[in-house]
Amino acid sequence: MAATTVAVPPAEMPLPHEYRGRVGMWCLIAAESAIFSIFVVAYLYYAGKSLGGPTPREVLHVPYFNSICLFSSSFTIVMAERAIARGKTKLFGIWWLLTIALGTIFILGTAREWYHLIYNDGLTISSSLFGTTFYSLVGLHAFHVIVGLIGLSLIMIFTALGYVEQEHVPKIEVFAMYWHFVDAVWVVVLTVVYFIAL
Amino acid sequence: MSNAESVLRPMPVSAAREDAKPFFDQVHEWIVTVDHKKLGLMYILYGILFLVIAGLEATVMRIQLAIPHNHFVSPQVFNQLFTMHGTTMVFLVGMPLLFGFANYLAPLMIGARDMAFPRLNAFSFWMSALGGIILYFSFLGGPGLYGAGSAPDVGWFAYAPLTSQAFSPGHSTDYWIIGLLVSGVGSIGTALNIVTTVLCMRCPGMTLGRMPLFAWLNLVMSAMVLIVISPLTAAQIMLLLDRYLGAHFFDTQAGGSAVIWMHFFWIFGHPEVYVLIIPGFAIASEIIPVFSRKPIFGYSIMVAATVAIGFVSLGVWAHHMFTIGMTSYANAFFVASTMAVGVPTGIKIFNWLGTMWGGKIRLTIPMLFCIGFLFQFLIAGLTGIMLAAAPFDWQLGNSYFVVAHFHYVLIGGLVFTIFAALYYWYPKVTGRMWNETLGKWHFWLFLIGFHLTFDFMHIPGVLGMPRRIYTYEPGRGWELWNMIVSIGVIFQIVGILFWVVNVVWSYLKGKPAGNDPWDAWTLEWATSSPPPEYNFAKIPVVRSRRPLWDLKHPEDPDWKYE
Amino acid sequence: MSFNRRLGTTVCCLAALCLSTAKAAAAAPGGDPAIPNIFTPASTPADSVYHLSLFVLEVCAVIFIVVFSLLAYCVVKFRQRASDDGREPPQIYGSNQMELAWTVIPVLIVVVLFLATARVIHAVEDASFPPNAIEVTAVGHQFWWEFRYPQQAFITANELHVPVSEAKEPTPTHITLLSADTDHSFWVPMLAGKTDLIPNRTNSMWIDPHETGTYVGQCAQYCGVQHAKMLLRVVVESRADFDKWIAGQRAPAQVADSVAKGRQIFETTACVNCHAIAGTDAKGKFGPDLTHLMSRETIAAGAALNNRENLRLWVKDPEAMKPGSLMPAMQLPDQDLNALTDYLVSLR
Repeated sequence: MAATTVAVPPAEMPLPHEYRGRVGMWCLIAAESAIFSIFVVAYLYYAGKSLGGPTPREVLHVPYFNSICLFSSSFTIVMAERAIARGKTKLFGIWWLLTIALGTIFILGTAREWYHLIYNDGLTISSSLFGTTFYSLVGLHAFHVIVGLIGLSLIMIFTALGYVEQEHVPKIEVFAMYWHFVDAVWVVVLTVVYFIAL
Repeated sequence: MSNAESVLRPMPVSAAREDAKPFFDQVHEWIVTVDHKKLGLMYILYGILFLVIAGLEATVMRIQLAIPHNHFVSPQVFNQLFTMHGTTMVFLVGMPLLFGFANYLAPLMIGARDMAFPRLNAFSFWMSALGGIILYFSFLGGPGLYGAGSAPDVGWFAYAPLTSQAFSPGHSTDYWIIGLLVSGVGSIGTALNIVTTVLCMRCPGMTLGRMPLFAWLNLVMSAMVLIVISPLTAAQIMLLLDRYLGAHFFDTQAGGSAVIWMHFFWIFGHPEVYVLIIPGFAIASEIIPVFSRKPIFGYSIMVAATVAIGFVSLGVWAHHMFTIGMTSYANAFFVASTMAVGVPTGIKIFNWLGTMWGGKIRLTIPMLFCIGFLFQFLIAGLTGIMLAAAPFDWQLGNSYFVVAHFHYVLIGGLVFTIFAALYYWYPKVTGRMWNETLGKWHFWLFLIGFHLTFDFMHIPGVLGMPRRIYTYEPGRGWELWNMIVSIGVIFQIVGILFWVVNVVWSYLKGKPAGNDPWDAWTLEWATSSPPPEYNFAKIPVVRSRRPLWDLKHPEDPDWKYE
Repeated sequence: MSFNRRLGTTVCCLAALCLSTAKAAAAAPGGDPAIPNIFTPASTPADSVYHLSLFVLEVCAVIFIVVFSLLAYCVVKFRQRASDDGREPPQIYGSNQMELAWTVIPVLIVVVLFLATARVIHAVEDASFPPNAIEVTAVGHQFWWEFRYPQQAFITANELHVPVSEAKEPTPTHITLLSADTDHSFWVPMLAGKTDLIPNRTNSMWIDPHETGTYVGQCAQYCGVQHAKMLLRVVVESRADFDKWIAGQRAPAQVADSVAKGRQIFETTACVNCHAIAGTDAKGKFGPDLTHLMSRETIAAGAALNNRENLRLWVKDPEAMKPGSLMPAMQLPDQDLNALTDYLVSLR
């Protein structure tokens, strides 16, 4: 009986184990995208159907500054990844902190916008269909930003304590995917809420 | 000796060492485990526990409906029973059982040591368990719809605006929402884990084209879960906002739409039933070839058909809404898409028949259940085509015909394959063979009971009996059929009791099974029964879809023909 | 050998079951209105659905016979025999021609079924109505039906009267469907398929009954505790009888001095908050219109026959008849209850 040595040509090697984190994060992104899609659909469906209350045109102003901050944080997180990939932990820490700061500005800006809408314009989640769909969609996104900020802060703490090394690059890349996703969702929400469904 | 051959050496039976540990240590081990086999077994036991509970709920309903104007339970309790029965069966029986099988078998079949994220695996299981506990905690009181106690009573699809605060004061609906939200987190976690495991943890040589169909179909199912549970999650968040923060998503008084709940729910709900049945297909695709002694007929087409089902099933949801007054164009579109999804499904049935054709069929208990599955799934698919013809659905929708149809798919299709799986892999999990006589009693009694109940259930639907009614009027011609339907339940219960006895008796007294009692071909049969914690001493290297066939038939290996 | 006999017996039993079911199912039109069989239609939309259903059933029956025969053949012919030599059978991996065949044929079947179905959808949903069609607006409530006749300007409840539609000069009835609270569904199988009543949405259906009779149905979308007792009765009668009924319904409420006490109790108790009686001060909209209560055969949307004892019990203790309905127990002393019942019984 001939020896059945199973010499496997390299082309037949399936996806390596190291891809786990990225595949897993793509799965999470897929699931979260589906949730956001439903809220966007609800927003578009109910656009113009409110029975009363302030309309989008009356009270919404495009949050240019906030959005630029959030989009810039995607840039800063990429710079951070590059830094740690070259082993420059201190530089990584600086870019990472900048990312947190930009994300925090976005959240504070959103809070300010909501304060104004609630107390000056009288728009609440229960005042009309517009209020319901606006706060839930923008709020769901803000919630995801906050979760991201918590994760970013934890990594910041680990960095400050000296635990983050070059070998952690793959895990940081996976986390950064989540942050980019949050940014991408803001592109959609910004376009739909502040430009399309006015 | 080659790498692949070395895995066939019998492993020492590890059971003796396990029994030596004190009881509390064993319990602790199970609670903190991240081992996919233990988690898989816990999922399965959890599913079976709730199968029994939901079965009891159904039994009470059938006693109430056996005669018209019965007073076995009050209307409030009946409404809670059908809501809990449906919700339990879909979320606390179907999903856990299927995730349990995937958890246990997928890593073994792809030659891995565990799932991609073992800790996420444990977290997801316990979240699912928590969801079920929250849902069932609702039976313990508090005011619900019309003061009837807290268990949800809004139907498993919880249509708005019945679920608004105005029509469901009290917490019954909230238990439904929160129990399922929590359980949904677990489902997404496990689905993510299965996708990542199947894509990234395969052993060398196992390209996607050489993966067992069980792994492929669970991959498709898990990818669907990721996309499809989210609409339900979103809709439930919206409902919670409506109920507690005064939002107006489904508030028809404020211009909101009851129909949009239906859209969101069924965008989840229809693909969900394919999520439930595709693992049943996966099981059949493993068992039928082994007991026909032939490879699966048309492997690539089976994969393609399943992927097609996955995609098309995302576009058929409004066939649950044919009666809500959509335009004739919308109705026609969903007729077309619904009938279209029957084509790849039919292709799969033909491929299973092609597998059996020209083979040497061994009528073991798992094979009997699979043959029952084929017969019943054929009928269920055909009643589905009938319902897909929208005008026919205008009569039959929301009637007992629909109830009969979906029980035919879920019990006649899914539960039969689950029993087949439980019998087929029992020797692998426990190391023991089950009792053939008890198995035959189980099969025939359950088959007879199933057909008594669900064949005849179509008739009241045709005679105008709607679903979700706690009683019905005499004189409409429904009495005889309801009585027969209720009697069938007795046979099913007795059949399942035979199975329970078999499980226990065989665990204690069954013959040792050995690694490969069925002379099968996939990798789980290459390791000991039960497998050691690390699954394989050496990670196998494969060259075809049936690595054990290649080893057993070195003169005629599969890789020459694939 | 014994297995073959068992298999044969099972097959024969199943075939007998199927045939008897088919016989029960494929009944010809002209059935008993008290048995709401979708296969005994008595109205044009139900007829259209019936004919489509027969076609679909026939196609499905053929598919079933073909595939089931293949399955049965496989199980019988390719079973491993006791005399087997233990060798594996030829290992076939697939066949592109077979796959093509059993893809193309089902696609063709689907196309044919779709076209047949689309035709009927269009015929029923996009039908146009002659000017003499009867207009009714049905409003679904928890757990009763409100029927308004806008052309004839009156409101009634739970029992719908329509004229029979002659082939020479059809008088279909067009029903606009609204809901006052949750989702409901109007289903009288012998007259038409069901259509839902959804709040904040206007739906539309029509019936065109060609046989007189009292057709039964009930709500077909779960709407709460007493969904099961939201029954429907549609009385299809000759044009003459229908016109007489209309005239009776349009008349103001009967006034009789003998029941003045009962009327006074009605008008001073909470009854008027929910119920309306034309020609009096009672103008409530939450419950059924009672102007011609006694013209109906049942009360509480079919939950009980309309007679004096049931009326009295309904007012005294609705939970006994329809637990969970929204009618409150009126807590009246017996004398007042009797007087009130007398008044109600006078509302012909």
